[in-house]
Amino acid sequence: MWRARLTLILLLVICFSLAAWLEPRYDAHFDKNQPNQSVLATLLGDGRKMVADYFYVQADVYFHSGYYPSIFDQARKQEEAESDVSHPEEGNAQEEKGFMGKPLDWIDAFSRHFHPSRHKHLQGQAVQEMLPWMKLSAELDPHRIQTYIVAAYWLRQGLGKSVEAEDFIRDGLRANPHSPDLMFVLGEIYLQDRKDYPRAKNLFLAALRCWHEVEEPKPVKADVPEEQRNYLLLEQILGGLVQEELEAGRPEQGLAYMKTLKANAADPQGVQKQIDELQAQINAKAGKTNSVPGR
Amino acid sequence: MSKIFAVAGVVIRELYRRKDFYVLFILTVLITGLMWFMNFFHDTQIVRFIKEICLLLIWISALVIAVTTAARQIPFERESRTIFPLLAKPITRWQVLVGKFVGCWLASGAALLVFYIFFALVSASREHTLPLDAYFQACWLHWQMLGIVIAMTLLGSVGLSTPAANMTIVFIVTVGVLSMGGFLHLVAQRMTEPSATLVTGLYFIIPHLELFNMNELIIHDWPIAPWLDVLAATLYGFGYMAFFLLAACLVFRRKALN
Repeated sequence: MWRARLTLILLLVICFSLAAWLEPRYDAHFDKNQPNQSVLATLLGDGRKMVADYFYVQADVYFHSGYYPSIFDQARKQEEAESDVSHPEEGNAQEEKGFMGKPLDWIDAFSRHFHPSRHKHLQGQAVQEMLPWMKLSAELDPHRIQTYIVAAYWLRQGLGKSVEAEDFIRDGLRANPHSPDLMFVLGEIYLQDRKDYPRAKNLFLAALRCWHEVEEPKPVKADVPEEQRNYLLLEQILGGLVQEELEAGRPEQGLAYMKTLKANAADPQGVQKQIDELQAQINAKAGKTNSVPGR
Repeated sequence: MSKIFAVAGVVIRELYRRKDFYVLFILTVLITGLMWFMNFFHDTQIVRFIKEICLLLIWISALVIAVTTAARQIPFERESRTIFPLLAKPITRWQVLVGKFVGCWLASGAALLVFYIFFALVSASREHTLPLDAYFQACWLHWQMLGIVIAMTLLGSVGLSTPAANMTIVFIVTVGVLSMGGFLHLVAQRMTEPSATLVTGLYFIIPHLELFNMNELIIHDWPIAPWLDVLAATLYGFGYMAFFLLAACLVFRRKALN
């Protein structure tokens, strides 16, 4: 009997010692800079990215009110697109029929009475319905920048919830401190919603710094669009700076940013036109100011 | 008919004595309640997400109740040897089997009704509307689907050796048909012969359980399905129930019970 008790105590001591030895190692295993994980993220482990993708798609499903192609429908559509030799310029382009196409058999036709079979988007206040999926997706995969941007867009444009959008973008920045996209969106919130021009400028400048830091090492052209340098974002950031300078009443500064924008723009002629217009405005203003003392 | 209902009555009493339904219902209430109180951007009007989670839990719970109840009926009677005194009475084997089916189906229907009442309350608390016709259609079609699954499980319970094997196979088949059944014809299009014909044949043979799933219409507030189509789906369900029950009766008729 005493042997059994002794063994039990010995086992307890071993377990306690092992726990005391393992615990600090376990803690050190995780990056201290990582945000605290939710219970769901901890439970799912590395599979959480897959679930996060699913939740993100689910938000899109909600945006289309459940009318959404399955993976099989997507494959069929891709096949049809690849085999489509119609030429829109010749006027024989196929009319868009939605992903479902014609029913293939009576079961297919009958089943459409029990599922959404028309294209419809969420409108007005109803866009709130897709936000839970976005939030869950971001919790599971905090490094998916697009989730924050899309959610912030709908919060601001669809629901007028600028404060919530800012909080969400800041959550994203905590997980991705060097993301130029998130900095830019935060700058837009300060510029358009708060009219806080100094902060907006600081954020756009920070976004510009981050863009150079993150995007410049990337190749100009790559097979996968996500892997190539994002010039569109640079245009957006510079555009934000131009807008901020104009709204703050500093058109000369705006003109300087516009010239930088022209060098990186996809449509330099369009930017040049804007530069000319702005220059004309500045000249006209300067002329007016000069003519006042002579009056 | 009275003999069938006498057997069915015993099955129904068994369900409310067992704890499966209560546990699953409380779990559904708890998880839905947790979702109800979740804060998404300080928005208190979000409802579709809660409806989706609640309906998913209802589908899982109803399936578990139906399959576990039906799978145990015949094997339990054989194991406890109560099948012999039962068959010693003036009742035929097919009456026992049909009685078991009716009992399981009615018991699942009663459980389903409680679940859908809860769903309607949760939904109404946020939406402030109660589309009873849509919920009735959803609950009715769901019940027909459970009827097919119960009939299939009873066939498995007289054909397969153990209830565990039967339950596992029925769960896999049901989940497989619900998620993939409607796409088999699309899969077949991309296949070469003879597998294309085989998969197409399978597509037309299997009971399309996904036809009874109206969740997307309810979640996204689409108009209800035409009543004539609901009737057609009900008849389609009856057809498969009759087929599986008949097959189960034929197997059970020749089955050695000792």
